[in-house]
Amino acid sequence: MELYELSVADARKKLDNKEISSVELTKSVFERIDKLEPKLDAFLTICKESALKEAGLADEMIAEGKKSPLLGIPVSLKDLICTKGVKTTCASKILENFVPPYDATLVQALKKDGAVITGKVNMDEFAMGSSTENSAFKITKNPWDTKRIPGGSSGGSAVCVAADMSLVSFGSDTGGSIRQPASHCGVTGLKPSYGRVSRYGLVAFASSLDQIGPFTKTVEDAAMVMNTIGFFDPKDSTSFPSDTPDYTSFLEKGMKGVKVGIIKEYMDAKGIDPEISDSIKKSVDVFKSLGAEIVEVSLPNTKYAVPAYYVIAPSEASSNLARYDGVRFGTRVETPELIEMYKETRSKGFGAEVKRRIIIGTYALSAGYYDAYYGQAQKVRTLIADDFKKAFEKADILLSPVTPEPPFKIGEKTDDPLTMYLSDIFTISANLAGIPGISIPCGLTSNNLPIGMQLMAPSFEEGRLLKAGYNFQCETDFHKKRPVI
Amino acid sequence: MTISRDEVLYVSHLARLEIPSEEMESLASQIDDILSYVATLKEADTTNVDPTAQSLSLVNRFREDVEGETLGSDKAVENCHDNYDGMFVVPKVVKN
Repeated sequence: MELYELSVADARKKLDNKEISSVELTKSVFERIDKLEPKLDAFLTICKESALKEAGLADEMIAEGKKSPLLGIPVSLKDLICTKGVKTTCASKILENFVPPYDATLVQALKKDGAVITGKVNMDEFAMGSSTENSAFKITKNPWDTKRIPGGSSGGSAVCVAADMSLVSFGSDTGGSIRQPASHCGVTGLKPSYGRVSRYGLVAFASSLDQIGPFTKTVEDAAMVMNTIGFFDPKDSTSFPSDTPDYTSFLEKGMKGVKVGIIKEYMDAKGIDPEISDSIKKSVDVFKSLGAEIVEVSLPNTKYAVPAYYVIAPSEASSNLARYDGVRFGTRVETPELIEMYKETRSKGFGAEVKRRIIIGTYALSAGYYDAYYGQAQKVRTLIADDFKKAFEKADILLSPVTPEPPFKIGEKTDDPLTMYLSDIFTISANLAGIPGISIPCGLTSNNLPIGMQLMAPSFEEGRLLKAGYNFQCETDFHKKRPVI
Repeated sequence: MTISRDEVLYVSHLARLEIPSEEMESLASQIDDILSYVATLKEADTTNVDPTAQSLSLVNRFREDVEGETLGSDKAVENCHDNYDGMFVVPKVVKN
């Protein structure tokens, strides 16, 4: 076994036992990156020199007896998480040369813990997309089939972990941007509850929905990572002021008495691939065999989730992205008049999908349309959150597919934004309700493409997801399968 | 038809975006498709339902009014296209 193949848990043991050093582990990861990056195009910035320095420092700390979950572990970051002195582009031309003067709280926590930051990875521009094809710089390929999309918007993060180019990668999830690419690439992806992980220094897309979370090789690793990144941050006004548990304490065997809810509307959804349905049914059987009780639940307002999302997210985006005007940061197109400067800068700096969403959002918030669109979407959001509350009276966790279809071919849906939007149909509701969700590998199609299962829990009950996911991974080996690249 | 070409043009101006005329046709039609799709929201019965702005029960949280760490103006203007003496330089906004 090569060092780059290690999980965080296994690497942690070997590092703490002094069997391997962080420098050796980091070098192994960079050999892997050197070999595969030309085929997969996952990275936007590679930080080899600083990473090796950080690894050396981590080895010193390990020698001094310091203990922390990510000490000496190579991790990568989606390119919308601010890194002091390292470009943070959001995969957009408008931020092509933006170098943040500060670290995001997440990055500060990683550095404090002694994690090794290997680089910044590709994404859909400003996290708007489901395929990573909307990046202004490169198209990331799915390691299972390089003609296919890795999912998005955190496609670079999913590919990094699936192809062993990173032990952990951090992404963000506004409507499924962690869970959907994790499913398409066959890795574990956790979207924590809204408010659980600080977003200070995360470039904002839709502020009432965005959440940072990890991509890992196992559920156990996700629990270890949460111990580093889940805490209250006074710098983020939406950070939830509560203590966080030891997330690894949930990694215990036994599903007896746990009620797993199957969502009627999701299983009956039109256009769901039969191989995905089949894998989900088999996953339900795994939980049944472990002693879980299976119950059916209903989320009657599911049909309104995608429409509500595509009003709320673009509206918030149109407001958040107003700051890219060429004045304080980012690219500027020089013109003699100010309004012209704004227009030229924004028109040249933003890609097609970002412009579409800004226009939709501006329209939905404009006088005369606000109540019909934004106001109504916010009320529907309440209905969707209430549906979940009722479902969680009957079930401890909910189980569903992550995506209706396996990863599609690059270019297949680029001219049809609406069809692309519908690929988020099973993931969007969790963001609207603010609840946590995890994507876990649960099968492979006949074409050898990964299938993911989604588990959801009430807000701040990540522990239930980690426990169920851990039990599932103890019984199955889908998470151990790797693509041949 | 939910939105006309002229409305797309007007909203683009509000959002400070210039859409080249050759892209207008397809953009207007895509936006119309999306708006027609999201219009299904009108079918939901939301009588007596309160809106949700965000999913946490938090209200405005204030910190103590004490000086904390700041970036400093030299760092704050570092990413600006053009700066002078710790300030952002923009095209002239006041006419002679």
